[in-house]
Amino acid sequence: MSSPAKLPRWAELGLLPLINLVVALLLSGVIIKILGESPLAAFKLMATGALGTQEGIGYTLYYSTNFIFTGLAVAVAYHAGLFNIGAEGQAYIGGLGTGLVCLWLGAWPFWAVLPLAVLAGAVFGAAWAFIPAYLQAKRGSHIVITTIMFNFIAAALMTYLLVNVLIKPGQQSPETREFSTSAVMPAAHEMLARLGITFVATPLNLAFVLALIASVLVWLFIWRTRWGFALRVAGENPAAAVYAGIAPPRIIIGAMLLSGALAGCLGLNELMGSQHRILMDFPSGAGFVGIAVALMGRNHPAGIIVASVLFGALYQGGSQLSFDMPKVNRDMVVVIQGLVILLCGAMENVFKTPLTAVFARFSEKKGGE
Amino acid sequence: METYTLIVLLLAATIRVATPLLLAAIAGLFSERAGVIDLGLEGKMLGAAFAAAAVSATTGSAWLGLGAGIVTAVLLALIIGYACITHRGNQVVAGMAVTIMVAGLGPTLGLAWFNLGGQTPQLDGVGQRFTGIVLPWAQSAKEVPVPGLIYSELLSGQNLIVYFAAALVPLSAWVFYRTRFGLRLRAVGENPQAVDTAGISVNGLRYQAVLISGVLCGVAGTYLSTAASSGFVRDMTAGKGYLALAALIFGKWKPVPTLMACLLFAFTDALATRLQGVALPVVGVIPVQFILALPYALTVLLLAGFVGKAVAPKAIGVPYSKEK
Repeated sequence: MSSPAKLPRWAELGLLPLINLVVALLLSGVIIKILGESPLAAFKLMATGALGTQEGIGYTLYYSTNFIFTGLAVAVAYHAGLFNIGAEGQAYIGGLGTGLVCLWLGAWPFWAVLPLAVLAGAVFGAAWAFIPAYLQAKRGSHIVITTIMFNFIAAALMTYLLVNVLIKPGQQSPETREFSTSAVMPAAHEMLARLGITFVATPLNLAFVLALIASVLVWLFIWRTRWGFALRVAGENPAAAVYAGIAPPRIIIGAMLLSGALAGCLGLNELMGSQHRILMDFPSGAGFVGIAVALMGRNHPAGIIVASVLFGALYQGGSQLSFDMPKVNRDMVVVIQGLVILLCGAMENVFKTPLTAVFARFSEKKGGE
Repeated sequence: METYTLIVLLLAATIRVATPLLLAAIAGLFSERAGVIDLGLEGKMLGAAFAAAAVSATTGSAWLGLGAGIVTAVLLALIIGYACITHRGNQVVAGMAVTIMVAGLGPTLGLAWFNLGGQTPQLDGVGQRFTGIVLPWAQSAKEVPVPGLIYSELLSGQNLIVYFAAALVPLSAWVFYRTRFGLRLRAVGENPQAVDTAGISVNGLRYQAVLISGVLCGVAGTYLSTAASSGFVRDMTAGKGYLALAALIFGKWKPVPTLMACLLFAFTDALATRLQGVALPVVGVIPVQFILALPYALTVLLLAGFVGKAVAPKAIGVPYSKEK
């Protein structure tokens, strides 16, 4: 079944994800049709809602910031041959670290808070990934299962902390007090205003730039350093890695620490950038969108950015859709997300095999001439 | 007497929580013993819960609801089978994908069909739900102090699905260890090459296992929306599929230990509800969240080999290819 021929790089990275996306959208269109609405009108509404206005663009990029962080987290683990389903929990705990720094150091100036907030988010997220990583590396416990379990343990822990410890006194809802203004990410519209550009007020903030920087750093790390090389070798061929003197346990733990640290940065955007306090369930599924984004972006930072913006647009467009089409709600976006994961991740061979055959035939003809 | 009644009520709550867990865990058992990781338990249950409630609400029959629940879960299982068995896709990803898809699809269809914000209508008509079956003499047994209470509160008054789940444990143990089908199923999860060499279709067996998992998830989901509660609400499985998976691992991929794990996890859940804000002697108030997180923590400890050792079927998660 597995054809020895390989797809050209551009088809592997561009065409295949595009086909998967188109099929996912076609299937979603069928569902929208079943709901009794026009699919074309729905997609048009989503596109204009997400990208047609300044507000839409701001929200789209704000959502994508979360997805870039979690997508990178899933991708780094994936390159080491690990499937990290725990980005959700790591983002939750990482946000706790960021939030605590913002709460405690409220009197400090922003330039001093920011690096500590980044560090705390990364360290907390990495710490939450460490136990599953250690257990996989040293005791062979299946990391998929342990990271799922750690998502639930993280949720229980955070509920406990928010309800019993961190809650603002004299308040019903389990939330902390608000961060002071010096511990808050500058919003995009404020920064642009300083440059003389007027932009509508949206939750888009400096964290988007940090996410882009993180993408570049991940790219440099994975493809331009010895460590990254060792990580990819261990992921693709553990036996060869051992032969080359690479110790798999160190790679597993290292990759998962980095993965958890990246997921842990979600709080920079969601808490420090938008909510300005720690609250229940703030990752709200971004850890799982990260899986979709990483699969669609073929685990490459550039692909992840594109896929994240696409999913950001879907999330923003989806809320627009639920305003204008009473029969369609935001959950439709979750359906599309599931379809993308199914088609890009689990069913990739369904399209890859025939596509590879087509390309093989095409190149054969060329070679024969 | 007071404490005794309390314990019986606690156990009754345990049975209610354990039923869907057990059904889903046995579902996962079939799939995983055949070598297919079943991360789709949550999604298949949720899909079935929606279909069962929707059909029961429109037709007025819980039995038609059950049928719809099973058909839906089987269709979802077939998607997973098509991706993972036929096209040798990643089983973890397929299960996740189906779960996420269903999490969105239920409320979406619910909103469009019933206009109740994604829920299904309340099932309050006669025959729309699976209700408790009172066994003979249950009322009079109540008068008998100790065994009477067990009979009237625990054994009697459960709905049909609970009894089915209870019967499923010996049934699946018999299938796994006493039938040819069970032997082949176990073999295909340990050493598919050997099964293939014997001239038996690996993919065929795996499809059968995945289908059985679908049927049982269908029953589990139907229980959630038409027996344990009256209607479908968003995310009503609330992680029960993953808890079932944990129970399956905690039960070391064997029917009877899996039952024990389900009962243990369900008991911790029932206990957590009871102990909410109650100060215990010596330890004081135990935060509910810690008790609720206990099953997950225990499973991690077991997987780490600190509490016994769980050995997964050898070929689990590995798509079968003849050429290898």
